[in-house]
Amino acid sequence: MKYRKIALAVSLLGLASAAYADNHTLSRNMASACASCHGTNGNSVGGNDPLAGMPKDEMIRKVKDFRSGAKPATVMHQLSKGYTDQQIEMIANFYAAQK
Amino acid sequence: MTFNRRDFLKISGAAAAAGALYGCAGGSKASGNVVVIGGGYGGATAAKYIRMWSNGGINVTLVERNPAFVSCPISNLVLSGDKSMADITTGYDGLKKHGVRVVQGDAVAVDPVKRTVKLANGHELSYDRLVVSPGIDFMWESVPGLTPALADGKILHSWKAGPQTVALRKQLEDMKDGGIFALAIPKSPYRCPPGPYERACLVADYFKAKKPKSKVLILDANEDVQSKKGLFMKAWKDLYNGMVEYRPNHVITGLDANAMTLKFEFSDAVKADVLNVIPGQMAGGIAKAAGLITANNRWCGIDWRTMESVAHKNIHVLGDSTLSAAAMPKSGHMTTQHAKIAAGAIVALMSGEQAPDPMVIANTCYSFVSAKSTVHVASVHAYDAKDKTFKTVPGSGGLSAAANEMEAKYAMAWAHNVWADALL
Repeated sequence: MKYRKIALAVSLLGLASAAYADNHTLSRNMASACASCHGTNGNSVGGNDPLAGMPKDEMIRKVKDFRSGAKPATVMHQLSKGYTDQQIEMIANFYAAQK
Repeated sequence: MTFNRRDFLKISGAAAAAGALYGCAGGSKASGNVVVIGGGYGGATAAKYIRMWSNGGINVTLVERNPAFVSCPISNLVLSGDKSMADITTGYDGLKKHGVRVVQGDAVAVDPVKRTVKLANGHELSYDRLVVSPGIDFMWESVPGLTPALADGKILHSWKAGPQTVALRKQLEDMKDGGIFALAIPKSPYRCPPGPYERACLVADYFKAKKPKSKVLILDANEDVQSKKGLFMKAWKDLYNGMVEYRPNHVITGLDANAMTLKFEFSDAVKADVLNVIPGQMAGGIAKAAGLITANNRWCGIDWRTMESVAHKNIHVLGDSTLSAAAMPKSGHMTTQHAKIAAGAIVALMSGEQAPDPMVIANTCYSFVSAKSTVHVASVHAYDAKDKTFKTVPGSGGLSAAANEMEAKYAMAWAHNVWADALL
């Protein structure tokens, strides 16, 4: 895909914009809040779902389902209500890129 | 189709993650020396995340007086005999694997101008940025007569997990059936708002099984239960009917360790077989020595965007020692979130960049109302640029509907994950 090639090339050349860098840092920082329960970079040691490598769309759907009440939860229905759509997307972006 | 910044972010993030040891995009320009004082929830998390997010570029030295981390959360289950000290203890080898230099010692002084930390053994450590995460110290004078009683081990606080946890467990084991366990709670704010009420539940759980004629007496300096009130009151009534008694507005005015008696301003004195007195609290000693206390002679004011002290540049204060934002509990979980704010800011600033935009932080706190049943309180906090503080996000957060066994499993999953996130 053309745009992917462009993106990759720009990234590898280290020409990423300051705005991008800020955004990536903020995504990483935002996502780190989840790590207390879901493990560093989403690598859970057990008991709570791992988030590392979860496809972006899947995570967005799950968190929004928690928020709407469509997916029952013990805690996540309460925590998910603290995040905007944009913030959920940032966090999902970060975890989708983790191994 | 226009060039989509989201695709860009996703692809370049993934490509960089594959190539870097810590999954840090494009490496890091960060360099310099950070010293972290305190290896609890806050200090350990900060040390690890600064190493990780600087891609190993920043040297981190952690100063901790104890040989291993012992968790306060879950320690009430040691008192009830359901967990061992080994279950709540984690060593510092995991941090060493991240390249953190761990120094066992006591930080006794900070020179914010020369940027040095002095240890009790006379050694000096230089820093570019310092993280101070000392937890709480007790205000001994808040309970007259307590200091000598604590010194000879007769009265315990057991509000820092460790030898006092073991000692209080022994006192409970040695107590006769039909005895009274009295738990005195200081005025808020103190570390772990629901912790004393959880302790009352778990001691009652132990008594119910082993010493059914005994009693738990809660003597609270506050006018009401400080956290999860309805859930705790229901547990006391439903699970421990008649065994747990709650008395508010009990400010201690005197303690007689020989007579095992507590005296109060407005109420009758109380005699008990085991007296567990939690004194009033303030920021850990090094915060005072370093001149970081700015509020009520007790707590450290900070810039919430970076956790940097309002008193001294280049010093970041975390956790229980901070002047808490509104509705922000002094909890281990919250402290790990402080640590991540600080780590993100420190790595950016030591890379010659601006501090990042504020992240959203959360708190999840479980309390066991019995060995098998748990309740939680959760909250989400976002930075308010106008008032320069964190505020809870309207509509977010909440409590368990009722105590339940599923959350007891989640509580242990929380513990194992938060310990690993901080220390492994």
